[in-house]
Amino acid sequence: MPINYYIFLAVTLFCIGVTGVLTRRNAIIIFMCIELMLNAVNLLLVAFSKMHYQEMVKLNPTAGIDGQLFVFFIMVVAAAEVSVGLAIIVMMYRNTHSVDVNFLNRLKH
Amino acid sequence: MIHLVWLVPVLPLAGFLILGLGRNNLSKALTGLMGSGVILASFVISLLIFLEVKQEGFVPVTVSLSEFINAGKLQIPFAFQVDQLSTLFLLIITGVGFLIHVYSTSYMHEEEAPHFARYFAYLNLFVFSMLLLVLGANYVIMFIGWEGVGLCSYLLIGFWFKNLEYGNAAKKAFIMNRIGDLGFLIAVFWMINQFGSVTFGEVFAKAQGTPIAVLTGITLLLFVGATGKSAQIPLYTWLPDAMAGPTPVSALIHAATMVTAGIYMIARSNILYTLSPVTQTVVALTGLATAILAASIALKQNDIKKVLAYSTVSQLGYMFIGLGVGAYTGAVFHVMTHAFFKALLFLGAGSVIHAMGGEQDIRKMGGLKAYMPVTRWTFLLACLAIAGIPPFSGFFSKDEILSAAYAKNPVYYAIGVAGALMTAFYMFRLYATTFLGDFRGTAHQKDHLHESPSAITIPLIVLAALSVTGGLIGMPEVFVKNGHLLEHFLEPVFAASYKIQQAEPAPASKELTLMAISVGVALLGALYAWSRFRKKPDLAEATGFGKVLANKWYVDEIYNAIIVKPLDALASFFNSFFEKNVIDGLVNGVGRAVRYGSRQIRLMQSGQVGGYVLLMVIGMVVLFLVQIFFKK
Amino acid sequence: MGITQILFWSLSVLALFSAIMVVVSRNPVHSVLWLIMVFFAISGHYILLNAQFLAIVNLIVYAGAIMVLFLFVIMLMNLNADTEPQKNKWLKIAGVISGGALLLVFVAALKNVDAKAHVAQVARGDIGLIHNLGIALFHDYVVPFEISSVLFLSAMVGAVVIGKKE
Repeated sequence: MPINYYIFLAVTLFCIGVTGVLTRRNAIIIFMCIELMLNAVNLLLVAFSKMHYQEMVKLNPTAGIDGQLFVFFIMVVAAAEVSVGLAIIVMMYRNTHSVDVNFLNRLKH
Repeated sequence: MIHLVWLVPVLPLAGFLILGLGRNNLSKALTGLMGSGVILASFVISLLIFLEVKQEGFVPVTVSLSEFINAGKLQIPFAFQVDQLSTLFLLIITGVGFLIHVYSTSYMHEEEAPHFARYFAYLNLFVFSMLLLVLGANYVIMFIGWEGVGLCSYLLIGFWFKNLEYGNAAKKAFIMNRIGDLGFLIAVFWMINQFGSVTFGEVFAKAQGTPIAVLTGITLLLFVGATGKSAQIPLYTWLPDAMAGPTPVSALIHAATMVTAGIYMIARSNILYTLSPVTQTVVALTGLATAILAASIALKQNDIKKVLAYSTVSQLGYMFIGLGVGAYTGAVFHVMTHAFFKALLFLGAGSVIHAMGGEQDIRKMGGLKAYMPVTRWTFLLACLAIAGIPPFSGFFSKDEILSAAYAKNPVYYAIGVAGALMTAFYMFRLYATTFLGDFRGTAHQKDHLHESPSAITIPLIVLAALSVTGGLIGMPEVFVKNGHLLEHFLEPVFAASYKIQQAEPAPASKELTLMAISVGVALLGALYAWSRFRKKPDLAEATGFGKVLANKWYVDEIYNAIIVKPLDALASFFNSFFEKNVIDGLVNGVGRAVRYGSRQIRLMQSGQVGGYVLLMVIGMVVLFLVQIFFKK
Repeated sequence: MGITQILFWSLSVLALFSAIMVVVSRNPVHSVLWLIMVFFAISGHYILLNAQFLAIVNLIVYAGAIMVLFLFVIMLMNLNADTEPQKNKWLKIAGVISGGALLLVFVAALKNVDAKAHVAQVARGDIGLIHNLGIALFHDYVVPFEISSVLFLSAMVGAVVIGKKE
């Protein structure tokens, strides 16, 4: 497939994620939108990895494999991030009985 | 020895720093010793340099100490120039300066130790600035010294700063000097523009092929600077007011330093002036007008120091006549002799004031010859010298200027002789009123009368000896063949100018006639004053024309009306209208705008996470837009 | 249009539609379920690109573990009903507009990029296979791999510390 299809698909997914972060107030959904953005990036990385592989395979049989490994590490980090982030949300819920991010504006005082 | 020339100004500077910083911890004796000692050391070094310079075949030396300003093609090194002219001035400044320092140790003895040290620190700084002015090898270094003496005169005139009037006199001196300094500064910039250099040698070499109009402009601006420092019309009024300072300071300003700066500068730039005849005429006319005006004012002054101050202004006028008619040697010669007898007069006046317990009005003196013999005799010698009676020093130098003036234009000569008549008259009026007749002060003052201590009288005697004999180094050709040692000594400095002028020496008979006329006139004035005031001093309030003279032609009042008052009005207009409405409005408006703006922008920091993210995304969009549409 | 194209387009449409539903659905549980759909669609893309390992990991880690964690938290907090209060309407519109503007500038920036000539290899190529990835991971990337394990450990400790009651 032409690479720009993937690019536009990933960009669109990313912007949907951004819009979600901007419009929703529920901390968990904002969190999920961030995961969506991460996945958009992952998709693009894999697409580029395969593009690179196709163009360079004659010189290097494992060309582009780094891109896929990066995706792997992003998943690792994302998993760690989610575990901590959800813990924070639970903590926040315990204190405010809400997951509305607008209640966090007490930080400004 | 010449390469140690930097020591000459550095020693007074060191004295200034030590005395200035340690003024609270030094005893008076140590202060006096150190303050005078550094000047003496400078004098000794100057003397050694002089002996070296005096030898046949001496070539002027430029001692480069360091780089100062290096900007593109413009190179202004921190360099000293040692030649005949600067060496002569070194001797005058350090020599007379040293005597004044010695004199001050006694004169200022009643001051408290910190003020005593402050006084000597200023005095040393003054000498340092003057030496820098004289030694500088380019106009910028000269300007540093030029500004330095202006500052020091301000500090010393306002030495007793608790008296408001003295403070005002100091400010007046400073501001008047600043007006002149501006002219000097513009001239320096013009020179940089025109010649690409301010080093004397390069400027003088390039001046030969420069259009006359440019040279006239530069020299006129330099002359404006000289009128400020050397107290010429129209900037002379600060000098009489400078009497507010302690008397030795007046002596230092009037004799050895400060006022000779303008003469030195023009003598140094003589080639520029010789090449622009228009400026020379302006200089000569200004000198003439000043000489006459100041002398006429001096006729009616009753303050002993004011008489001397106007006499200084008048004598400076003679020096400018000399410069204007191209008699550079004569002008420098007169600077030298004037330094001797004017320092003597001021120190003698200081001695009198000291004895009278601070009284300066000559109407309340009289008959002091019985009480102060040393002061009286030295003062008399100085009066004879300044009046131009042969064979005292003033005769030779003044005569040289007058005969050069005659060669240029007999009218100059006639006016100069009229000034000499007045000079002789007011000096002997001063002498007769002060020292002859009966004592007119209070009984308390009479008990107190005494001859001054030796720290005062010794400088007087030394200066008297110099005043009497100082003229002998410049004997006119008609008396002694090749007798003019000074002219011979200074010849290399003025050679280029004299080559252009090619003045023919006047016939001996004519010169003798001129001399006889001026001496006769001076004697006439002196004898008339002597006979008139010996018994019956001029005590009455001046009336009629005398009142105009006593009020100094109302020049201060005129300046006040045409310059100070309108400026005041303008300033108060700006203060009441412009300041309140425009400046304040602007300042407050800026403050108000910032406050309003920050109140609005503060709303953006709402604590709402959504809002922050929104702004972040908007920022990203803007950055991308910039990247897309405005790259390259 | 071959089978690859059909698959690509249907998966893309599924991913975009599900992503929009994640954002717009009012019930958080529904959002989570739509997000799982997105992950499935993306995993489908991975398979299409012959990156089987990542496809499976994506499913296991994201759709399986992470989303279950989300769901678990939502259930725990009893947020399955629509409890979200109405947000400022203008802020919402501004959010949509700026998100759209971001998309617009991305597209504008990328539209002229000379990328049409490049093609991502589909359905072939063996770098995405577990054999090759494993060799690369345990040869060239062994240190980052070990460090990521430390990261996990610290994340775990952090989650426990934050989550426990005072």
